[in-house]
Amino acid sequence: MRLLTEIGLVFTRQTTLSLRSPAWIIIGLVQPVLYLALFGPLLGAVAEVASFPAGDSWQVFVPGLLVMQSLFSAAFVGFGVIAEQRNGVLERMRVTPVSRLALLLGRVFRDILVLLAQSLVLLAAAFAFGLRAPVPGMLIGLGLIVLLGTGVSSLSYALALRLGDENALAPIVNSVTMPVLLLSGVLLPLSFAPAWLSGIASVNPFLYVVEATREAFLSDYTAQALMLGTAVAAGFAALGLFAGTRAFQRQVT
Amino acid sequence: MTYSEPQSPGTGIPMLATEGLKREFHTRNGTVKAVLGIDMTVHPGEIVGLLGPNGAGKTTMMRMLTTLLAPTGGQARIVGHDLRSDPAGVRGRVGYVAQASGVDPACTVEEELVHQARLHGLPLRRARARTADLVDSLDLEGLTSRRTGELSGGQRRRLEVAIGLVHDPPLVFLDEPTTGLDPQSRSNLWNHVRRLRDTLGTTVLLTTHYMDEADALCDRVLIVDHGAIVSEGRPSDLKHEVGGDVVRIEAPGDAERARSLLACHQDELPGVSLVERADDTVRILARDGERIMVDLLRVLVDGGVHASGVNVSRPTLEDVFLDITGRSLRDTAPLTASAPGV
Repeated sequence: MRLLTEIGLVFTRQTTLSLRSPAWIIIGLVQPVLYLALFGPLLGAVAEVASFPAGDSWQVFVPGLLVMQSLFSAAFVGFGVIAEQRNGVLERMRVTPVSRLALLLGRVFRDILVLLAQSLVLLAAAFAFGLRAPVPGMLIGLGLIVLLGTGVSSLSYALALRLGDENALAPIVNSVTMPVLLLSGVLLPLSFAPAWLSGIASVNPFLYVVEATREAFLSDYTAQALMLGTAVAAGFAALGLFAGTRAFQRQVT
Repeated sequence: MTYSEPQSPGTGIPMLATEGLKREFHTRNGTVKAVLGIDMTVHPGEIVGLLGPNGAGKTTMMRMLTTLLAPTGGQARIVGHDLRSDPAGVRGRVGYVAQASGVDPACTVEEELVHQARLHGLPLRRARARTADLVDSLDLEGLTSRRTGELSGGQRRRLEVAIGLVHDPPLVFLDEPTTGLDPQSRSNLWNHVRRLRDTLGTTVLLTTHYMDEADALCDRVLIVDHGAIVSEGRPSDLKHEVGGDVVRIEAPGDAERARSLLACHQDELPGVSLVERADDTVRILARDGERIMVDLLRVLVDGGVHASGVNVSRPTLEDVFLDITGRSLRDTAPLTASAPGV
């Protein structure tokens, strides 16, 4: 009960502050729509190729975009906490009895709220472009995105608190997100990939979440890929929360 | 150095007691011993100052005592809670005003105060009432809906102090409370700290590298140098121990010659116990500064040294620090000193 109150406090403050500088939220909303408009049309022709996964090009492409969005939206949240650390706000909050888990979860929930808003805009725009998918499938997809975003955002905080410096965080985040994105079959399906490439990709948790979301969009709710992807996303979220809480607990130098 | 009891020592359990508290940092170039093993006691209702130059380890001590930095040795009991085994218990009972600002420029004064109160577990209604009290007592009226980024330095510092007091802690840590403030805001803040102790009995442990601040505000001063407490006592006692007066003679460009002249003639100068130089100033400790001044100047004139200014004063904490460490609080350059009989 106390924990919930504390999470609520941190969440409310973070959300209020985000709304006061909404520029990056707007950029986050516009970006996926640009992908839809500028990249989506190219996929129509690709979808004719034999090894293209089941479903029409939008049913394949939009789940990937959702995952990409959860990666890009959440991977950079660590920058905010570095600013808070630098101006002493985080330190001031740490010298209160507030739970370290609440310091993390209040922030993560704000990130999830932003991510959900962006995802809904993306789905609405995709509908306008021609995506047709069942509502339960889309809700399952959003659930997977929430789990994934929780993991990514927690890990971003953990990394940021360890490094304590934007100039160290930026290159690491950039060099991790790019291969993770390419190896998750977001832009082009990995069914096109040679064996060695799909071998590397098979250790990428994002790949399983993309495939699970695709099954959900095809309303194949009992597919093995969906079960596997859900388990991977949940495990990833748990790992992130563990690392994130540890980082907030740690007494820094 | 003898330890003198503070004016209002408080009875029974100390508010804070440390034993061999130390902190080492491991860097690529080896181990840095930031704090060497501090034994100190702060009694309820005291205002105690850690006085020392920048880099002496004061902030590291503060960060350990506020649970932000794990000690690498020793122990501490703070407001009845063990620092190492019960950090959460300590956090709930101390206020901390760090050197860094600690407020978000996009938040309003009221938001920051209410938020901090709620993080300390106060329900919303009480958090608001407490905020109103603090706004009133720290002269923040009319600023409650102002963004903290728009406050003046003095206003922001008062807000930061208010944030540290929001849960009515029995013990408050102030890290360099007035650094960067103009003289008026400084004395204003000193008044607030004094009133806090006088009206609520709050215990205050502060760090400062300003000797006037330690002198004006603290019941007791712990002089810190190179991660260790090198002396402690009431400011008046510490100054008394320096003994006599401090005579400063300005001799631009010629100060070293002036120093050696005076040191050579020290036998003919009754009551002079120390002659040393810092930059263009020769500093002399004497039993009776007014009386000896003429003799000092005669020695210099006979030796052909031109003094451009002379000043006699009672010892300050600056002199105390100089005497103990051989260095000035402001700079860390060693002095050329000569003890009696050299």
